[in-house]
Amino acid sequence: MTEAKTENEVSALANIGAADVKSAAADGLSQYQHPLMAAYWKQLNSGFPRVKEVFEDTMAEALAVLSREGLSAYLDAASFLGRMGRGDEPILAFLEEWPSVAKALGEEALSPVMKAIHAMHKSPNGKAIAPFIQTLAPVARRQHSLEQFEHYLDIAMDLMARTTGSIHGHHTTFPSPGLPEFYRQAPFLFAQLSMAGVRNWVEYGIRNYRTHPERQTEYFALKSADSRAVMQRERHGVLFADVERKLDLYLRGLWQDAEQLVPYSTAFDELRKPVPYYDKLGMRVPDVFDDVVIPSPASGRGGREAPGEGKATALSTTVPSPLTPPPPAGEGIRIRGIDRYRAVLAHMVGHRRWTTQIVADNYSPLQRMGVEFFEDCRIETLLCREYPGLRDIFLALHPYPREDACDQETMSCLRHRLTMLSRALLDENHGYQNPAIVEFAQRFHEIMAQGESSTREIADLALSFSARTRRQSDQFAKIWFDDTVIDYRDDNRHMWQYIEDSDDEDFFDDPDKKLKKESEILSLPPRHYPEWDYHSQTYRPDWVSLYEHLHPHGNPGDIDRLLQKHDALAKRLKRILDLLKPQDKVRIRYQEEGSELDLDVAIRSLIDFKGGAMPDPRINMSHRTSGRNIAVSLVLDLSESLNEKVAGSEQTILELSQEAVSLLAWAIERLGDPFAIAGFHSNTRHDVRFMHIKGYSEGFSDEVKGRIAAMEAGWSTRMGAAMRHAAHYLESRPADKKLMLILTDGQPADVDVHDEKLLIEDARRAVRELDQKGIFSYCINLDPKADEYVADIFGRQYTVVDNIQRLPEKLPELFMALTK
Amino acid sequence: MTDKEQYKVHKEPYYQAQGKEVQLYEAAYRNRLPVMVKGPTGCGKSRFVEYMAWKLSKPLITVACNEDMTASDLVGRYLLEANGTRWLDGPLTTAARIGAICYLDEIVEARQDTTVVIHPLTDHRRTLPLDKKGELIEAHPDFQLVISYNPGYQSLMKDLKQSTKQRFTAFDFDYPAAELETTILAKETGLDEAVAAKLVKIGQTARNLKGHGLDEGISTRLLVYAATLIKDGVEPRDACYMALVRPITDDADIRETLDHAIDATFA
Ligand SMILES: Nc1ncnc2c1ncn2[C@@H]1O[C@H](COP(=O)(O)OP(=O)(O)OP(=O)(O)O)[C@@H](O)[C@H]1O
Ligand SMILES: [Mg+2]
Repeated sequence: MTEAKTENEVSALANIGAADVKSAAADGLSQYQHPLMAAYWKQLNSGFPRVKEVFEDTMAEALAVLSREGLSAYLDAASFLGRMGRGDEPILAFLEEWPSVAKALGEEALSPVMKAIHAMHKSPNGKAIAPFIQTLAPVARRQHSLEQFEHYLDIAMDLMARTTGSIHGHHTTFPSPGLPEFYRQAPFLFAQLSMAGVRNWVEYGIRNYRTHPERQTEYFALKSADSRAVMQRERHGVLFADVERKLDLYLRGLWQDAEQLVPYSTAFDELRKPVPYYDKLGMRVPDVFDDVVIPSPASGRGGREAPGEGKATALSTTVPSPLTPPPPAGEGIRIRGIDRYRAVLAHMVGHRRWTTQIVADNYSPLQRMGVEFFEDCRIETLLCREYPGLRDIFLALHPYPREDACDQETMSCLRHRLTMLSRALLDENHGYQNPAIVEFAQRFHEIMAQGESSTREIADLALSFSARTRRQSDQFAKIWFDDTVIDYRDDNRHMWQYIEDSDDEDFFDDPDKKLKKESEILSLPPRHYPEWDYHSQTYRPDWVSLYEHLHPHGNPGDIDRLLQKHDALAKRLKRILDLLKPQDKVRIRYQEEGSELDLDVAIRSLIDFKGGAMPDPRINMSHRTSGRNIAVSLVLDLSESLNEKVAGSEQTILELSQEAVSLLAWAIERLGDPFAIAGFHSNTRHDVRFMHIKGYSEGFSDEVKGRIAAMEAGWSTRMGAAMRHAAHYLESRPADKKLMLILTDGQPADVDVHDEKLLIEDARRAVRELDQKGIFSYCINLDPKADEYVADIFGRQYTVVDNIQRLPEKLPELFMALTK
Repeated sequence: MTDKEQYKVHKEPYYQAQGKEVQLYEAAYRNRLPVMVKGPTGCGKSRFVEYMAWKLSKPLITVACNEDMTASDLVGRYLLEANGTRWLDGPLTTAARIGAICYLDEIVEARQDTTVVIHPLTDHRRTLPLDKKGELIEAHPDFQLVISYNPGYQSLMKDLKQSTKQRFTAFDFDYPAAELETTILAKETGLDEAVAAKLVKIGQTARNLKGHGLDEGISTRLLVYAATLIKDGVEPRDACYMALVRPITDDADIRETLDHAIDATFA
């Protein structure tokens, strides 16, 4: 194989230094003027003409996304793919797909991906490499994390290992017939199935068709009947991706909570099944939930069957028996997948509302378990007070262990006992006889009857329960697990405080991504603006220094490309725009006084009059020209947080804003309203930057597009000053209506202000000042937590865009709705 | 002379005060200051004005404004008759003559050139010129102008001019706090307080979603509708789907979330 040689070449290329750059350019080896581009080209070391064609474009994208090391690794990887002897497909696909994969999953994803490619390359499966690379971006987009993505790689590698070269016991190796087909179907499969579903589907194919190349091919191409049937069967349950918005609305509407939801897969960790939890980054929930059917309560006493459930959460290693039909409806209570999600979220909300941390070090692990069970029941009791209907869902999902199921002499029954207790605390009709359980259920209810109780108080009750019911056998290694898993409850990690550890994580910004030197930016002397101090209810005069810059210039072609991408949307908008567009002359009918007689109406009136009825006196009409007289100022928050990726997408907020702003500019241009765009960010009150992107009199020209293309994000959000400055221009426009749109992704803040409320109050004040000047301000907010402050600033004049990916269509639509 | 009595509010309307608005209104009225009542739809603006008219025992003339309304619709016009023409006062003129409270409901709906006719009535002049008739009316000492508008209309086009806004004192209404709203539902419809409280809770669920796909939450008015239906024997969930959810949204996700809130509340 060419393996060793390739490795050497790769490392040689990685060592390219400045001298090589010069010589490369001098040699005339490349057509690239820019020494860096020439060096990159040399590092890539590819002779394929099609690669040359796309090189510049792909580099533009790669440069925007990748760090310096990431870029070098990218080129090395591509170079390797180009010289594998598999034509130009792999390298082309990789060059084009990788940046968006890195954006979605992080650069670290390269190493596992290359490992997979090497494995295919070393095996007889080299032909599958190009199809594999094609799957990376679509799969990465659907899976939210690198961890999930690695599961995909594992599935593929497992398929390869088990279907390669074992036909009829020959020693010669054959490529896996199913692998390339699997790759071709992967984007489709992932749109339909959870990770566990994909894995089960693949597993079925391997087990049944490992030794039948043709049938294997058919299976993985989704052509055979059983292949489709198994896929349909795996397509059970509710995929998180499909109900994300509903869950978001649920949290917000019913619980006034707003938190990022992050899915995980339950298919891969078979020993320790992942459990819901929440931390600083969000609430973690499974990527799929099946409906569960619980036998009707009357007959179901003791042990519950939940067909369907195991399929999604625990992956059985046996071949799933073909198509067990789901039990007919009406046989029991069916809890839908979405309600299981709701139960998980409600439970976590309960903790967030009512659980306070307690010190873990004081308790033994077994005691802690007891405390957690009691606390879970406390918060669920409180949750059911808010929404009584929750109780049915909780009880349906809560196991109901048989009282005598566990033998105390031979195994640890602690889980069994606590689950029974938990059932008893929630279910009046638990029917258990155990005196301790009956007594503690009663004590629990007495405490809860007083009010909300507290984590502390309930922990004490839990401790006495543990003391009372403790058994030698609790320590046994053999633990009774049946009917003790309460899968809508989180792992309670938030509840415990460990004294010894202190995990203050510090995140440092990537210095490479900081803004360019501002010497590149043309600037004017500062302007000073006051700021409102709500403590003293006075303005601090000339408090803020604002510098206005002309925004740096980029490639206008990028914006044209973005507009092209949204061609379909643009067409749709165009139809609405044409309706809004001022007609040259509008006829106004039913006028008492007007410029012309409206004959239709006049005749009708005359008839009425002659008939003795009251004639309508409004028999004239008049004409009015151009109804629209609006000036618009769009003010963009360009603070650091815009560099963050939008959940579930490989794009950053900044990129989506660029698309949205381009579309809006295009739309307003069509309407002919005078329109300005500016961006702002700040680095203390001494340095608020206001970047001019488009002036009222400028058209949506290449110049302007270039500036939008070069938009960058950094620093903080001193909103009030920026609004005042934009208002200063808007105020002097000779228009009847003046509209200021503020697009932001967070609350006003700056590094030199520690009182969060200060800049919020200042912005609110600014809105009032604008109102006095006859300027209507309106905020488009992308912050999921906006509800906490946006109404304080903008009153009712705001919208929170929850699904940022839809911003490009939302923004123009909003504008049109506002001005119609 | 127009009969004042026909415009009087004879029976005490039920109005539950949310704050000091009754006293403040009385003060505005004592000084004949024009009043603007702002607030989302169905939060009790009209009911409040009606109640104040009753309390002050002044006639109330209400005009529901619309896009097609012209100045003549407010001020008056000449009518053709068999033997010539006859002047007919518009509602605003009538109110100014007889000393009524004139309530222009949803003033933003009217065209802007219509709105300006109220200007001379709202400052120290307290006059109304009838240009066509060549008459200048001095407003009756009891006359007062009240306008309402819903700033929730998120449209620049439907905002009042500064020069109009700045002629009024204003009340900012919102949906009442949970307890008050519960009392209102119970008193207004005779529904049991516990059930009323559940309705209010559902109302708040929807209000939490304002700005996330809902332009306005569920109004007190709709809650009153739901309460009325339940009182009439309709199954509470059905009453809620029908009166609270279906009217306000066509967004399937929101509908499902609200339906779920209803099911979870009336379990
Ligand atoms: N404070 C209150 N006291 C008594 N009833 C109230 C109160 N607030 C609201 N209501 C009830 O709500 C209903 C709607 O109120 P109202 O008609 O006054 O709303 P509105 O604010 O004028 O709405 P719109 O802007 O749509 O005209 C009333 O008929 C009444 O039943
Ligand atoms: Mg009303």
